[in-house]
Amino acid sequence: MDTSIFLFLASKGYIFGRAAPIIKDGITNMEAYINPVPSGLVLTGIVVSVSVSAFSLALVQRLYKKYKTVNLDEILVLAKKEEE
Amino acid sequence: MPFVYNMPFFSILLCMLGGIITPFFRKRRIPQIINTCIIAAVFAMSLALLITSLTAEESFTYMMGHFPAPWGNELRAGPLEALLAMAFSIVMFLSLVGGMRGVNHDIRPTRIPLYYTMMNFLLSSMLALIYTNDMFTAYVFIEINTICACAIVMSKDSGMTVVATIRYLIMSLLGSGFFLFGVSMLYSITGHLLMSNVQQSVIMLVETGQHTVPLVTSLGLMVLGLAIKSALYPFHSWLPSAHGSSTTASSAILSGLVLKGYIILLVKMFYRVFTPEILASLHITDVIFVLGALGMIMGSIKALKETHIKRMIAYSSVAQIGYIFMGLGLGTQVGIMAACFHILAHAFTKPMLFLSANGLVDVSDHQYEMKALRGSARKDIISGIGFTVGALSMIGIPLFAGFAPKIFLGIGSMENNFHMIVTFLALALSSLLNALYYVPAVVAFWSKPKQQAQGGSIALHQEKTKKSVFLLSSIGVFIVLNFVLGIAYGPIMKMITTGLNLLG
Repeated sequence: MDTSIFLFLASKGYIFGRAAPIIKDGITNMEAYINPVPSGLVLTGIVVSVSVSAFSLALVQRLYKKYKTVNLDEILVLAKKEEE
Repeated sequence: MPFVYNMPFFSILLCMLGGIITPFFRKRRIPQIINTCIIAAVFAMSLALLITSLTAEESFTYMMGHFPAPWGNELRAGPLEALLAMAFSIVMFLSLVGGMRGVNHDIRPTRIPLYYTMMNFLLSSMLALIYTNDMFTAYVFIEINTICACAIVMSKDSGMTVVATIRYLIMSLLGSGFFLFGVSMLYSITGHLLMSNVQQSVIMLVETGQHTVPLVTSLGLMVLGLAIKSALYPFHSWLPSAHGSSTTASSAILSGLVLKGYIILLVKMFYRVFTPEILASLHITDVIFVLGALGMIMGSIKALKETHIKRMIAYSSVAQIGYIFMGLGLGTQVGIMAACFHILAHAFTKPMLFLSANGLVDVSDHQYEMKALRGSARKDIISGIGFTVGALSMIGIPLFAGFAPKIFLGIGSMENNFHMIVTFLALALSSLLNALYYVPAVVAFWSKPKQQAQGGSIALHQEKTKKSVFLLSSIGVFIVLNFVLGIAYGPIMKMITTGLNLLG
């Protein structure tokens, strides 16, 4: 879902026929480049979503080490038993 | 620029720095001390800010790095923000002090510095949510808040907490995804991210009738995202397991503070990005009102069915969040005042309930079932009193913190007949339901244990664990603060009113 939002944002910032917002060949005219803000937002967003993915993968790994399965239904049954 | 204007930025930065340096310490003492110092510093800074902004009756925006408005990032502070930041630091300090033994017991010793790291980041992200004036900064800190909150849930190393964390993480990510989508849509139609600039564009868009569908969609997505993260009724499914299974300090902070951070952001958006009139014309407030009223009742019904004490308290949070959202949904100034006051009242009551429950569970052989806790208040009188005060406050008895918001909810609803009928019915029904599950619990805690249990409890008395002085003293402070909020609600309400007027 995050990826689709990033694509949406990036497409909002793109203006047809213009270059990425890096000054090239000394052209400082604003008309030559696309809007840099959405690209900046997407970069920030990607950093956030990578760290969240890493965190959730670590969580899954921990569950697997404990219960030797990644099936949530089985894990719930095992965890209930452990509580009692 | 007066020096005190730097306070919001300093308090956020200080917590961040604390979070960065604490993992380098091996022993648990030093991170604890650093954390306590930081919270105390945040408290002092917010207090200074509160006093100056109240006496001058002014609010201000603070430019980060001195870049002017359309390019720079801004913080914004006034009496309301300072009051909330101060309350948050008090609650966090008391919860951590009270839950200290739980933390030392539930978490592996090598992980304890990391736990305090997470606490520092959590405080910094909540302060940033309170103070920020920029939508995208709000999104980034929402994500930081999510990760920290999940980490403090999973810090207690059992299978149940990891499952609860995964559930919490997925729901939270869904919520922040919705929020991000809402922000990006709003950006695409207004071209701004700073709240004040967005507001001008939004007012213009509404007046000219342009882009109505994207505007409503983006507002709806943002409200939905924040509602999921603050556990408004139909989206509450992650809350009981996450709050019920973690260690005491985590449960207290999650229920008391983390849920509130998002609601405060929502209040700020209502005032700073949209105006109350626009919200009413788009019917968003009606939706929030109905869901809040439903939450008040359904949360209490679910709590009635629970026999696990911490899960019962967690379901009660769902009901209390319903109160706050109903106040927001009334769409009147008094309703929002009631919601803000209830944020404070709940922040001071729920951690006390969790801490007292911890005290009661400790003297009952670490059993969490209601039956096993029978008579436990006689063994640990202060925890018993703490639980009783918390329960009475949640029911809404006069003199306790939970009373004032209910009156103001009633007053706030009187402008509209339909709102009045629904509010009064929901208030009456939910107070009754609250009483139905809290009163029997309190009575059971204070009654004599059954005869056959007597033999067991004598044996227990021999090896009775030493009661934690920290736990008892923090419960004591919570009780006092609860009475302060319940009796002196006039001046606090006045501060909130000043703050809200300056917010608009």
